[in-house]
Amino acid sequence: MGKRVGMEVSIAAAEAVGMADVDLIAAYPITPQTHVVEHLSELVADGHLDAEFVPVESEHSAMSTCVGSSAAGARTFTSTSSQGYALMAEICYIAAGLRLPIVMVVANRALSAPINIWNDHADMMMSRDTGWIQTIAENGQEVVDLIFHAFRVAEDHRVLLPFIINMDGFTLSHVIEPIILPDKEEVARYLPPFKPALRLDPKHPVTIGPVGMPDVYTEAKKVHDEVLKASKDVIVEAWKELGDQFGRYYKPVETYKTEDAENLLFTMGSISETAMTAIDAMRESGKKVGLVHLRLWRPFPSDEIYEAMKGAKAIAIVDRALTLNGVCGPVCAEIKSTLYDRKFHPYIKNYIAGLGGRDVTVDNFVEMMDKLAESAGRGDPMGYEIVGVKE
Amino acid sequence: MVEIRFHGRGGQGGVTSAELTALAAIDEGKYAQAFPSFGPERRGAPVTAFVRVSSEAIRTREKVYEPNIVVVLDPSLLQIVNVEAGLRPGGIVILNTKKSLEEIRKETGITARLALVDASKIAIETMRVPITNTTMLGALVKATGVIAMDSLRGPIQHRFGPIADKNMKACARAFEETTVEG
Repeated sequence: MGKRVGMEVSIAAAEAVGMADVDLIAAYPITPQTHVVEHLSELVADGHLDAEFVPVESEHSAMSTCVGSSAAGARTFTSTSSQGYALMAEICYIAAGLRLPIVMVVANRALSAPINIWNDHADMMMSRDTGWIQTIAENGQEVVDLIFHAFRVAEDHRVLLPFIINMDGFTLSHVIEPIILPDKEEVARYLPPFKPALRLDPKHPVTIGPVGMPDVYTEAKKVHDEVLKASKDVIVEAWKELGDQFGRYYKPVETYKTEDAENLLFTMGSISETAMTAIDAMRESGKKVGLVHLRLWRPFPSDEIYEAMKGAKAIAIVDRALTLNGVCGPVCAEIKSTLYDRKFHPYIKNYIAGLGGRDVTVDNFVEMMDKLAESAGRGDPMGYEIVGVKE
Repeated sequence: MVEIRFHGRGGQGGVTSAELTALAAIDEGKYAQAFPSFGPERRGAPVTAFVRVSSEAIRTREKVYEPNIVVVLDPSLLQIVNVEAGLRPGGIVILNTKKSLEEIRKETGITARLALVDASKIAIETMRVPITNTTMLGALVKATGVIAMDSLRGPIQHRFGPIADKNMKACARAFEETTVEG
């Protein structure tokens, strides 16, 4: 039934990839992803994991290797972060367009300049439109569970798309905490062997990745969009089965104390746990507040977001990235569009918080929610605010 | 929930102290978190690391601002870091020092309850290196009981392998030699 261990989250992530019986890992080390790749390299070198480890010379090559590997029918994993992710981005679009079920853990980190190795979601938002499925973890246990889930969904013939698990750099990747690691047999029961729908095989030649002329490119993109949208049913189904087998259930959008809440807080990633503690504190002082937190970023769960938020008076949406001089942060924009389309127009304030590793505290959340109530009461312009700027 | 802040210098193992404390607590069936104050690692530079230990699931990921316990691995830090910052009422500061209680009070102005041990001497004599991470854990166990000595054995064995016994010896000796203010 697995064992409860104290373990750094990055190491647990690597162990999970190993338990998923991956065939090939191609990666280039970059802070704060490094421990994931180091540990996988050790597992292979020490003979604990029967896989190819390709120590490439760049992230561009890492993803290129993954594309070749996955197209040849191998279960393929990589991991990156920030600047490396930016270098990899060109091939990320190709992996998705070719419908290759590569799984990647991104240790989320800010983008330079100024050079910053700490956590925010700039890299995650940069690659929003690559066409990968994307989930985001709130704790170490979720990182492990979401890795098994990712392989299972990505390789499902109804899906066949690459899959990213976002894991906050440092604030999650470098934390030691208790994690339940299942047995390899249990994982094998959840995750059947990879059966590629189509693969590069000299005996049965196929073409993967030809040019898409103007007469087919639009249709190819339409198919990609439809498949990504339809993947949500498989994602939810695979979470249900993960829950039934391991006892831990996940949903695209989670709620905490929202039943009778008037004002809502929205978060994603590791700050969501801190946000829950803030909600508890505010509830104790009689404030009717609740938390909506996101686990599935792509495909965007619009229906679930609407269901979780409908009826709220005012909503504070926390973004961990800045859309420089846009209307608001990237996640807020998505949520506003969702609610507008459904003719639900609550007061929404967008807080940009935790950029480049700035700590996001319980007190920050309490202050955000107090300001939200005041601003909504006064009918202030909505807009966005960068939290905690030293002036 | 108990919150602990470790102060050390890069290379002394303050981060390892925090990790071993959390691992020991998790082995006891408790919930725990350990994390460094993240940054580029520089040998000799002041480093802090944090631990939370709780009987219930821990649902916060902010840094530790108001610790119950502060552990200082390097005596020279007392001159440049306010190790008492944010310490909760009733909290304790555990110092590696060869000085007496009176001298420390006079020189540092620390008002909190103190526990003192000459960890550098113990580490040198037991392990022949001035690395005080496991030694200071003996002092932590003696002064607070936040984890049990027995629970450290597994994590120290796993981390240090062939030199685990020396580390356990230093840890046990520090437990004996730590003086805890009443």
